[in-house]
Amino acid sequence: MSAGRHVMSVTVRDRPGVLVRIAGLFARRGFNIESLSVAQSEEPGVSRTTFVVNGEDAVLEQVQKQLQKLIDVIKVIDHSQAKFVDRELMLIKVAVKTPEDRVEIRQIAQDFRARIVDVARHALVFEVTGDEGKMNAFIEQMRDFGIVELIRTGRIALPRSEAESERLPSVRSRAA
Amino acid sequence: MKGAEALLKALERHGVDTVFGHPGGAILPVYDALYDSPIKHVLVRHEQAGAHAADAYYRASGRVGVCFATSGPGATNLVTGLATAQMDSSAVVAVTGNVATSLIGTDAFQEADVYGITGPVTKHNYLVKNVDDIPRVVAEAFHIASTGRPGPVLIDLPKDVQQAEFHGSFDIAIDLPGYRPTVTGHAKQVRKAAEAIRAAERPVMMVGGGGQAASDEVMAFARKTGIPVITTLMGIGAYPAGEPQALGMPGMHGTVTANRAITNCDLILGAGLRFDDRVTGKISRFAPNAKVVHIDIDPAEISKLVKAHVPVVGDLRDVLPRLADELDRLAIDDWWRQLDEWKGMYPERYKRTQPLVSQEVIQMLHEATGGECVVTTEVGQHQMFAARLFPTTRPRTFITSGGLGTMGFGLPAAIGAAFARPGEPVVCIAGDGSVQMNIQELATLYKHQLPVVLAILNNGVLGMVRQWQEMFSAERYSEIYLADSNPDFAKLAEAYGLDGYNVFDRETAAKVVPEVLAKGKPAVINFFVYEAEKVFPMIPAGAGVDEMIVGDQEPDETPEVPV
Repeated sequence: MSAGRHVMSVTVRDRPGVLVRIAGLFARRGFNIESLSVAQSEEPGVSRTTFVVNGEDAVLEQVQKQLQKLIDVIKVIDHSQAKFVDRELMLIKVAVKTPEDRVEIRQIAQDFRARIVDVARHALVFEVTGDEGKMNAFIEQMRDFGIVELIRTGRIALPRSEAESERLPSVRSRAA
Repeated sequence: MKGAEALLKALERHGVDTVFGHPGGAILPVYDALYDSPIKHVLVRHEQAGAHAADAYYRASGRVGVCFATSGPGATNLVTGLATAQMDSSAVVAVTGNVATSLIGTDAFQEADVYGITGPVTKHNYLVKNVDDIPRVVAEAFHIASTGRPGPVLIDLPKDVQQAEFHGSFDIAIDLPGYRPTVTGHAKQVRKAAEAIRAAERPVMMVGGGGQAASDEVMAFARKTGIPVITTLMGIGAYPAGEPQALGMPGMHGTVTANRAITNCDLILGAGLRFDDRVTGKISRFAPNAKVVHIDIDPAEISKLVKAHVPVVGDLRDVLPRLADELDRLAIDDWWRQLDEWKGMYPERYKRTQPLVSQEVIQMLHEATGGECVVTTEVGQHQMFAARLFPTTRPRTFITSGGLGTMGFGLPAAIGAAFARPGEPVVCIAGDGSVQMNIQELATLYKHQLPVVLAILNNGVLGMVRQWQEMFSAERYSEIYLADSNPDFAKLAEAYGLDGYNVFDRETAAKVVPEVLAKGKPAVINFFVYEAEKVFPMIPAGAGVDEMIVGDQEPDETPEVPV
């Protein structure tokens, strides 16, 4: 059996406990959640989440069906089956040891269209958006200068327009 | 009106007339409201028993079972009962009290994270924080529990919510955009299923727990097509055991005919079952030559374990009649000749070791009731014996913990079934091991004078464990011996105010069984039976269905008596 990475969009009702249920299902079948992002969608009371998970391909379909069974889950899309666009946001603090480094770091950042969001004497904080490959490449470039700390949002994904579009049913937003 | 009264009113509006439960601090407002309510409350002696009783109430009647428990230990005691109901797809609504919302998360007295704990063992659960949500939550709970694939739903109600003034409305619409069970089978899939069945030379139908609500449709389908019918442990009664087309139970302790049919068939029509490992044995050796048509209301069951060549997601009550419409009587005479030959070669039989064996006791109970009763079982050897020798002919009359295999289920289940089907006799077939896991319910039995006969097949050991240790652990009997410290069950019954009988031999058994059953009163009969009796046939765990151990391997020379 082969293990792989899967990007899944799960649209959920904005109810307490819904993420725990989803995470529990992944864990029970041996899936590791690599990243998870969750926030309000265009529909009040509905959140869109993107999970990047690692696990057996053969089990994924079963996990997807189990997710669909959760009462507060409205829709599940496995992006390996449809074209999608995805982005990630990273904040990365890079050490600045010399004035030469500063110039070089800023030059590389410009090539990556990374924005400076904080400037200090010995460090710069960049905001980088893009796909995963771009994030990894930028991290590699900065490694030599010294990465003080970084945080990534994890991938967020939407199906492309010609692919399955996700129209959400309207729900009355009420807490249980 | 307070939240607690709103809860009871909402339950009433869903037709609830009986609740099984146990009070405690955090659910006091509900019990106070119950004092003036027309809802009948059955006081169980342990919350687990309340959950099992509610579960069996549903299984016996098709009406949602309801149980109450308090916070903390009361709620955690429900967990085994909820997991049992979840595994066997039983519609239960459990209501638990919780500490006041201001105290949640503070490790308050009798606080537990019930919402978190019960998530994995329920179909859905709720923590209600706003009193006005009560009618909607109750409506959703009943809807979720009883539709699609049924299952338990828990409502956790903090004490301050129970006490708060209710200003909401009872005329509410449920609002569940993520919950839309597929009831109607896809027309194309039904047609494909019909084609596959028509093309088969050796088809067999397997009916599971989903058949309990669709027994008329199963019968009509079987009658029209002439297909052989296997009923799983959960499907017993969904198709009557005595019918000529019935092959009995499949799997680990199934009949030779059913298991041979599975191995040799070229098509399985699975109806409302989930191909549990106790049914399939080693998956790679399960029905190696068969196309699989799988009808189930839960899409997650399709191709979970056994790959379905033709999946049909839908309710059996919708799909089976439509499938029958597409089919005529199947031309499978050769297949039937083979099946009938196996049936003739392997009738139910066992050794009548002196002085008494479990299997003959179960047959005596079957004869004395004429099968016209509800059977509940505990879990173990006696459960398998009962499945084969006390198969009921009506749906919702064989009530057993199949998926979770919960010892302690049978006695409270008998109580739940007795409330669900008033006036009908109930026989609980138990072992001396599992009956002690909820033996305190003899008090509930006494109090309500239910027509439940508890038949304890007392072999002085944990029989199923003993069987495995004898067969697979070189007779290294580890921690199975009960006889040196079992209570005198007849005296115990008497201590609870019930009639109790100790029976040591078959002559007494033959006399006592019909006598006690004729009384229609609660009673306990303690049958001392042969210790080393084993359940055969048997497929060892992990082996294939074709690797079944058929015969009774006892060295005893007592002649085998055909049933």
